[in-house]
Amino acid sequence: MSEMYVSGQSGIGRLIQALAERGHRVIGPVVRNEALVYDEIKGVEDLPKGWTDLQEPGRYRLEQRGDEKLFGYVVGSASWKQFLNPPETVLWSGTLSPEGFRTDPLPEPPKYAFFGVRPCEVAAMQVLDNVYGSDNGTPSMGMRTATRELTFIVAVNCVEPGGNCFCVSMDTGPTANSGFDISITEIAHNGNMRYLIESGSEAGTEILDEIVGLEEPTDAEIAAQESSLAEAAANMGRTLDVEGLPELLKGNARNPRWDSIADRCLACANCTMVCPTCFCNTIDDNLSLDGKHATRTRKWDSCFTLGFSYMHGRPMREGVGARYRQWITHKLATWVDQFDELGCVGCGRCITWCPVGIDITQEAAAIRRADLRDTPIGIGGLA
Amino acid sequence: MATLIEPVVIDQMTPIPFKVRTVREELSHTFTLELEPPDGEFHFEPGQFTMVYAFGIGEVPISISSSASEKSSLQQTIRRTGAVTHALGTVIPGRHHVGIRGPYGTPWPMKQARGRDLLIIGGGIGLAPLRPAIYHALENRDDYERVVVLYGTRTPDDILFETELRRWGDRDDITTLITVDAADRGWYGAVGVVTRLIGRVGFDPSNTTAMVCGPEIMMTVTAERLMEGYAMAPENIYVTMERNMKCGIGVCGHCQFGEKFICVDGAVFPYTEVGHLFDIKGV
Ligand SMILES: Cc1cc2nc3c(=O)[nH]c(=O)nc-3n(C[C@H](O)[C@H](O)[C@H](O)COP(=O)(O)OP(=O)(O)OC[C@H]3O[C@@H](n4cnc5c(N)ncnc54)[C@H](O)[C@@H]3O)c2cc1C
Ligand code: SF4
Ligand code: SF4
Ligand code: FES
Repeated sequence: MSEMYVSGQSGIGRLIQALAERGHRVIGPVVRNEALVYDEIKGVEDLPKGWTDLQEPGRYRLEQRGDEKLFGYVVGSASWKQFLNPPETVLWSGTLSPEGFRTDPLPEPPKYAFFGVRPCEVAAMQVLDNVYGSDNGTPSMGMRTATRELTFIVAVNCVEPGGNCFCVSMDTGPTANSGFDISITEIAHNGNMRYLIESGSEAGTEILDEIVGLEEPTDAEIAAQESSLAEAAANMGRTLDVEGLPELLKGNARNPRWDSIADRCLACANCTMVCPTCFCNTIDDNLSLDGKHATRTRKWDSCFTLGFSYMHGRPMREGVGARYRQWITHKLATWVDQFDELGCVGCGRCITWCPVGIDITQEAAAIRRADLRDTPIGIGGLA
Repeated sequence: MATLIEPVVIDQMTPIPFKVRTVREELSHTFTLELEPPDGEFHFEPGQFTMVYAFGIGEVPISISSSASEKSSLQQTIRRTGAVTHALGTVIPGRHHVGIRGPYGTPWPMKQARGRDLLIIGGGIGLAPLRPAIYHALENRDDYERVVVLYGTRTPDDILFETELRRWGDRDDITTLITVDAADRGWYGAVGVVTRLIGRVGFDPSNTTAMVCGPEIMMTVTAERLMEGYAMAPENIYVTMERNMKCGIGVCGHCQFGEKFICVDGAVFPYTEVGHLFDIKGV
């Protein structure tokens, strides 16, 4: 294990400053319009001190906690994918030329530091790295790859999971084990807010070496960190039984249970927009009035829309049940065939931001209870 | 201000302009573009497709319909169905370019099929992706036993590559049969679905590789006929899948079919990999 430091809130402020001085645009959680969002932060005073978020299926509320915690909430609706792969991004643009067309220069990728990334969100970035990985050396998503490489990640471990969290089931939290440059654990110790800081990369070590005023943690502080994280792991809002889950879902493609979800699901696509691993996208074409300049813009898309599967004048996934089945089966089953891991990190966003409170963990459990694989309906499922 | 970096191909989504050499009208709604690779050569395998981009209008997946041994040009045969395919049909040969990315996707099993009978079954425009396989078989005729082409289309006016089909029909080293769904009295050929032609040709089901391309229902019925009527093993029957595609490289999510990305895991599949998905609604 790398060296560990401890500091008060001023040390956190100095870390934000050090990142800014190195040319990073530091993005972190802030409270705006009664919601938790990720935006540029200049110092520790921008962080949502004393706030917490209450999350239930279809419900999200911010409340004052009555303490000084900087990280006493979980996650808001928007995830970090909005920075690495923005909702709308110019794929390329080009101008007609004698040799066909010439692509225009692209802007340089931004140099971010993400501050306050939850362990499940670190895992979500790694899940997407695998999606966008390339076999032939040419990136499939050039701008995202370039941005990702420049991004400095400060993870914050979770000591108070939210009501819809199930990272323990997905093995992604509440402690970040890899994929960050620096990780922080916030503990209340003897009435003070203490921050245990650890490096996860060379860049992390370099920056921590420079920051003045970081101390060595006492044994009691280390013990407090360990017990807080263990307690968090034992206090998950939800659980998802992943044992045999891919086979279960694939084998139940014809389960009538999907129709009952269709009766509730609005096909609004909220779940896919807030999900930190949903990656589906579409491309919009634009042509200038004189017909000489074209732009292709990549936009987030969702398997819940009718147009998503459009072919020969009709959608292939007409029913909402088929669309929900596609979504959950992809997350929890076929993702494993495609990328050797599950496509859900247990952040709970899709549960919180579903207007009708459909809960991915409950829907998976319902299919498990109504498993029809051993009946004629189960024959010839997706598996 | 953001500084600008040179637009070398920074990712696989940037197309390369290919000059349009010729545009040939095949049928009333179908045409073939002959394209010139900018660096002189284009390598692909029979069955692969490219993403074809009409400047400012959009990009569509289209199979390559020319011979893979001809590297100085490629042909793509396109049916006008919407905005992009219409725009592609209005290009001016010698002057206009289209954008090309690829080739993408899995090829027909030409190697695995060596020493076997080839049963090539096409429906409608589905003959276009099969043509490179037929060319390959004819160019390497000694590699295969019998070569059979069965083609079904709607009416006698919808016979794609008709001159070529008739020319193959005159050769003794390949059997070619055509059927139409409906015809008037001027038609002397077969009428009915393409599966009916299977019984009229000789092939050894235990040593045959079938390659089938056409509407989904035609492929299912054909595969079932070959398995049930001729005891062909499903792993020797190959089909091509079609779904909405935006990227062709496995990152847009649109073409998913069960656990498959049709663009990278297909579009050519052995029936064993996709057969079980055909009868689940809305996969
Ligand atoms: C692997 C593969 C090979 C194909 N080979 C051929 C071929 O050789 N010749 C041919 O004529 N057609 C082929 N098609 C079908 C062809 O891609 C569609 O007919 C075409 O995309 C529809 O274009 P449009 O002008 O109607 O576009 P629009 O109606 O403007 O559609 C907009 C977009 O939706 C998507 N889309 C719509 N329909 C389809 C569809 N059927 N398949 C995939 N994407 C779609 C495309 O991204 C398209 O850009 C192939 C499809 C696939 C998947
Ligand atoms: S599926 Fe739901 S819980 Fe899982 S990562 Fe996506 S939003 Fe989070
Ligand atoms: S599950 Fe909920 S959030 Fe997702 S599409 Fe259905 S109604 Fe919308
Ligand atoms: S076409 Fe985009 S994933 Fe296959």
